[in-house]
Amino acid sequence: MLRRLGPSLRRALLTSSSAVPGCGGVQLTEPGLLPLHALPPQWRLCSSAASSNSPPPPPPHPSPSQGPKRSADGSTVSSLNPAEVAKFAAIAETWWDSEGPFKPLHVMNPTRLSFIRSTLCRHFRRDPNSSKPLEGLKVIDVGCGGGILAEPLARMGATVTGIDAVDKNIKIARVHAASDSSTASIEYVCTTAEDLVKEHKQFDAVISLEVIEHVANPLGFCESLSALTVPNGATVISTINRSMRAYATAIVAAEYILNWLPKGTHQWSKLVTPEELVLILERASISVQEMAGFVYNPLRGEWSLSDDLSVNYIAYGIKRVETPSVVSN
Amino acid sequence: MTPPARASALLSRGRCFPAASRFRRPLVRAFCDAPPSLQDAAAGVASSQDQSEKVDGMKARPDELDIAIVGGGMVGLAVACALSNMLLTKHLRVGIIDSNPALKSRNYLKKDGIPDSRVSTVTPATISFFREIGAWEHVQYQRHAFFGKMQVWDYTGLGYTRYSARDVGKEYLGCVVENKVLCNSLLLRLQEENGDIEKMIYPTRLISLAFPSKSRQAPTSAAVSSGYTSEELHHSNLVKLELSDGQTLYSKLVVGADGSKSNVRRTAGIKTTGWNYPQSAIICTVEHITENDCAWQRFLPCGPIALLPIGDNFSNVVWTMSPEESLRHKSMSPEDFVKSVNNALDFGYGPHPHSGSLDYYMEKLFSDIGSTAASTKECFEVPPKAIGVVSERMAFPLSLKHSHDYVSKRLALVGDAAHTVHPLAGQGVNLGFGDAAALAKVIADGVSVGADFGDISLLKRYENDRKAANVAMAAVLDGFQKIYSVDFGPLNVLRAAAFHGAQYISPLKKNIISYAMGDTKWPLFS
Repeated sequence: MLRRLGPSLRRALLTSSSAVPGCGGVQLTEPGLLPLHALPPQWRLCSSAASSNSPPPPPPHPSPSQGPKRSADGSTVSSLNPAEVAKFAAIAETWWDSEGPFKPLHVMNPTRLSFIRSTLCRHFRRDPNSSKPLEGLKVIDVGCGGGILAEPLARMGATVTGIDAVDKNIKIARVHAASDSSTASIEYVCTTAEDLVKEHKQFDAVISLEVIEHVANPLGFCESLSALTVPNGATVISTINRSMRAYATAIVAAEYILNWLPKGTHQWSKLVTPEELVLILERASISVQEMAGFVYNPLRGEWSLSDDLSVNYIAYGIKRVETPSVVSN
Repeated sequence: MTPPARASALLSRGRCFPAASRFRRPLVRAFCDAPPSLQDAAAGVASSQDQSEKVDGMKARPDELDIAIVGGGMVGLAVACALSNMLLTKHLRVGIIDSNPALKSRNYLKKDGIPDSRVSTVTPATISFFREIGAWEHVQYQRHAFFGKMQVWDYTGLGYTRYSARDVGKEYLGCVVENKVLCNSLLLRLQEENGDIEKMIYPTRLISLAFPSKSRQAPTSAAVSSGYTSEELHHSNLVKLELSDGQTLYSKLVVGADGSKSNVRRTAGIKTTGWNYPQSAIICTVEHITENDCAWQRFLPCGPIALLPIGDNFSNVVWTMSPEESLRHKSMSPEDFVKSVNNALDFGYGPHPHSGSLDYYMEKLFSDIGSTAASTKECFEVPPKAIGVVSERMAFPLSLKHSHDYVSKRLALVGDAAHTVHPLAGQGVNLGFGDAAALAKVIADGVSVGADFGDISLLKRYENDRKAANVAMAAVLDGFQKIYSVDFGPLNVLRAAAFHGAQYISPLKKNIISYAMGDTKWPLFS
């Protein structure tokens, strides 16, 4: 059973002056009931399990601020980081090679999708036993890469738009989607969330997985995601925690020992803790409802959902109806 | 409307089955006259497709399938049936390619008459799978025979064991069903689920199979600029199947259910490990004076002989022997053959097992261990005599074969195409049904997360699920076969001791029965 973040948690996070992990146990309230068939039994919402007891280790690199500086209003500066864009353009050709640089994403994909399917089915009151539960929903995948998330969403019936700042990714995604009739309808655009906001585009669900740790301005980015979400729509974000374990597994092990990811894929200082993410999203008018962690079983070579948010985690929130407190002009 | 009436109303087409005693024609033979052409995977499709055939990407064309099942035997039909029975997969366009006329059957098979000699011993695990997919109901209206007792013994007269369903708290140990009844029940269920099953069955032969080339897996920018139309691009990512009636199909996934000589497997370049046993099995139907309610198996020096109840006063004989002997038994007069069967199941080759000195020691040894299974003390019985052989006698060579891979991109092998085991415990088809259930479940899981179900990483989950179970069973059966093919004094005593062990240590015995009944736990190690 999954528990939901209560309002008290959101208040607690908002009122705490610093979003430092370890700022204290987050209270959980309102255990919510879920359709049992939709969820693996081990799903729990974690509290701040990752970091409440032990303060995080000092960052290995004393946060060299790379790319454009965060601008307070976020109006003119894109939340994108040019260096990061270049990094992904270099390996774009290998997006669909399930044994290539993006293998970890391929392996993780079914687990991410089962969380998204389950939460969106509940959010939009869809039948989880349907083969196309997202039929008729407008969904955007921000930072779609080669389309490894967009395609499954389209197969689940959603009307999908995929955007990415790397032109090469978009080209690859388009070609790959065209090879299957069930994904040929995906609209891929090389643009940024900020630009779509300017075009006043809105979507029932906005999904951005493994992107926020690569952007220059996470708050500006989340505000753009919020602006793209229709009122009462759903937002889903996944990323990597800034914890000791995340440093050991996602950076040291995955990049340097196992060579799962190209070295330098993730920078410690840019990682976001679950508490910070909840806070940032709250400021962007998105109330986080559920969070879950991903844990890797090295014996089975599979990921599963858990209440352990200490490394990879995913959050689902609802866009509040009221006007956002911080408006990006 | 009662189910039989409903079924017969489904289609007024007359019954047209092959002669009851005939082997289903292996698909292989039909398939091998044209060599598969791998080369035309990408380029060939592009050139042969007319540019005028522009279809928008969303619309499904009739020649395009989600899943093409090659081989409409028991396991292939079970895959189709399981898929059409799950909410997540029932929308998939599934095609079955098989020219076997038995697939035209739309009625119950009559219970009277002589049972076919091709039968399967289905385990409770298989029965619950059939119940789940709604096909067992149809089996129940056709000939089938449950058995609750089983006796296994060997020719040296030193050991025997009797299993009873009571030992494991079940009502029965298994059920003997004719293969044609299993196929027919699955067909009837498919008909119920899909309405028009004709669209699903391609009564033709597969001529060639072309898998998408590796390079299509990761489309490059170059591919975009090289001027592929979306149509070509689309087809180049699917498996191309050419049929003997001139039709060309494209499918996202091909399921190879075409038997132990699978041409789908060969075309895909998947290698097998295995060996032929220097043995053949001879099968036929015999008649008794009264009804047989027990499954009997006796290990003879040349191989095991089994006598399985198939309802009324009939039993099925599966007798393993050397190829020369099988030819002799096939051609001898029916009277001599019956005599030979009765001899093999009674005093032939050695005495009846009896309580002797070994028993005394075994009992003494195991009395300390404590509780014994209910039927521990059951006496040895002599199987009922056959009074006549009532079907044709058929002989076929035995082999053990295991595919290195069960899956590759856009391909999954099931049943005998993936693994052939020694038939001595009747496990072959049960493993096949286990494959069918597992594959359908993995496909449903894939659909639920929007995956491309031809994707190798998804299909690997099916392989991981099944390989362990299948290899374990093959090894157990192969071991049995090897142990019993040697007639050597000390080994005979060991074998007998093993029998006694199985007879007296109830947890072990329970494990063995459970495993043979299709539970997934390993014997001995659970």
